[in-house]
Amino acid sequence: MATEVSTPVVAAPQIGSRRKPRPIPEGGRVNWGLTIIIAIVSLIVIIPLYFAIAMALKSPAQTGTGTGFNFPWPIHWGNFRAAWDLTNTPLAFSMSLLVTVIAVTGEILVSSLAAWAIVRNWNHWQFRATFVYLLAAMFIPFPVVALPQVKLLASIGLGNPFGVGILHVMFNLAFNVLLFSAFIRSIPVELEESARLDGCSTLQTFRKVVLPLLAPMAATVGIFAFLQSWNDFMMPQLITANPKWQTLPVVQYLFQNQFTTNFNVAFASYLMALLPTLVAFLIAQRWVVSGIMRGSIK
Amino acid sequence: MTATALPSQRAADRSRPSVLGAVKKIFFPVSPTYLFMIIPAIALFTFFIIYPAVVGMFYSFTNYVGYGTWHFVGLANYKAAFSDPTIRDSYGFTLLFAVVACIVTNVVAMALAIALNAKIKWRAGFRTVYFMPLVISGLVISYIFTFIFSNSVPIIATAIHFAPLETSILANQHTAWLGIVFVASWVAIPGALIIFLAGLVSIPTEVYEAASIDGASAWKQFQRMTFPLLFPFFVINTILTFKNFLSVYDITVGLTNGGPGTATTSVSMTIFSGFFNGDYAYQMANAVVFFLITLLFAIFQLGVIRRQGGLL
Repeated sequence: MATEVSTPVVAAPQIGSRRKPRPIPEGGRVNWGLTIIIAIVSLIVIIPLYFAIAMALKSPAQTGTGTGFNFPWPIHWGNFRAAWDLTNTPLAFSMSLLVTVIAVTGEILVSSLAAWAIVRNWNHWQFRATFVYLLAAMFIPFPVVALPQVKLLASIGLGNPFGVGILHVMFNLAFNVLLFSAFIRSIPVELEESARLDGCSTLQTFRKVVLPLLAPMAATVGIFAFLQSWNDFMMPQLITANPKWQTLPVVQYLFQNQFTTNFNVAFASYLMALLPTLVAFLIAQRWVVSGIMRGSIK
Repeated sequence: MTATALPSQRAADRSRPSVLGAVKKIFFPVSPTYLFMIIPAIALFTFFIIYPAVVGMFYSFTNYVGYGTWHFVGLANYKAAFSDPTIRDSYGFTLLFAVVACIVTNVVAMALAIALNAKIKWRAGFRTVYFMPLVISGLVISYIFTFIFSNSVPIIATAIHFAPLETSILANQHTAWLGIVFVASWVAIPGALIIFLAGLVSIPTEVYEAASIDGASAWKQFQRMTFPLLFPFFVINTILTFKNFLSVYDITVGLTNGGPGTATTSVSMTIFSGFFNGDYAYQMANAVVFFLITLLFAIFQLGVIRRQGGLL
């Protein structure tokens, strides 16, 4: 342990600050009692998911009998086809994608740049004031400003998925700046200074030195931006004026009201909407915990 | 400043006293690149969030209906809002819901985090399972649970003769909010769990080894070490979950749509009704009150952080 503590060297500080995943201590006994409890409790998560999958694979006749938990047999694949056709899925899908792309890239870029500018100019009161200004606004919930915001966005031609994406970036700006700035404070300035000595401009320093170091935090901010904007219902529902340009959750909401009789098709549609986030999350999962951990220790 | 005496140095250019230089120093004290990084962000932020907030606050003192002419009515909207039973009930429901859901979410998430950080079999797999609700939209999960609560649970309850669940809890105005607490917590727990796990991972295992050697029981270890070390994460989780629960919308819309009657109509739902009923100014007054309440809770929670020397 003593060797690990003494590793941070001035020459390569970023290596010292990079935390190795702690190996599970060898020789310890597996706590089987706790494992069984965790397994039983996990049913609260698994059962509704199984239920959704089972529902999507049944015919209406199969749904009519029993509790809904019975196994779907024979499997009824037609629901996915029907859901795809009924809700004009490709269009809604691309609208959700548009909002998500704007939100993810915007949140990562805008807030990391702002956080870096603030942290590296902390001795100027203007930047400290900016930080306080952002933090003070962190507690404005969307419903509070929704009514004037909808009118504002409509009046400048942003009552569409573009506007929704921009709003996601803005509403999360304060929190993301907070996360990034905590992380940036842990990056030694010496690294940036040596880059400047090599002739890097401010922007180059950011792109070549700071941004790569920010990657784990950017992954965390990015995955949360992705999940949040993809699944959001409140903002697109209110901001987007034309129902044709609605994102998936809103289309599903409209769908729910129109086709309450056919639950199976509805669930097939939910599963299709869920697939991209599930895949993205399984890929990015390992960064989520580590990124939050890095950002929060300080 | 003495650099002016040395004409050969480039620094002389920058520190030569001039009006332009002084103006530059006050307004642009740093490299313009930094300003390009932050000024557009702050300008957009002000335009998209602060400006509408100010406009909305202004209209809350008028009789504006969303279009056409208007004039000042003073505090009439606020007075009307305070005596409006729909609005009062929505605050009652929302606050009760937010407090209970916040407690449930944080207690369960902390317990799960400790269990998922312990030495259990298939730890990574279980973590993935518990993170799963993160990927599902609140609306979809509400629809799934609506079906479970109103179709599946009553059938099972009837079969085992468990009277309280034989009818849908969502159809009863006294129990519907419990269903909303359950689903909202189900959705929020993974997010809180991740933050708690991040906190737990940052506690060095040696601390626990030392404690076990000293003979501290599991409960004592939690009480004396885990909880104090997790406290900053507990505060940040409370703030985040509470703020989100206060503006609950998709889960109430998806589960009960505010019913039965108006028993589960959240504040967000009443504010948004300002779009449809010509209640723009009236609901803006409601929104301002809602903001003040959110702010009060935030200040209270931030005060707790400062006292504890926590995360921020």
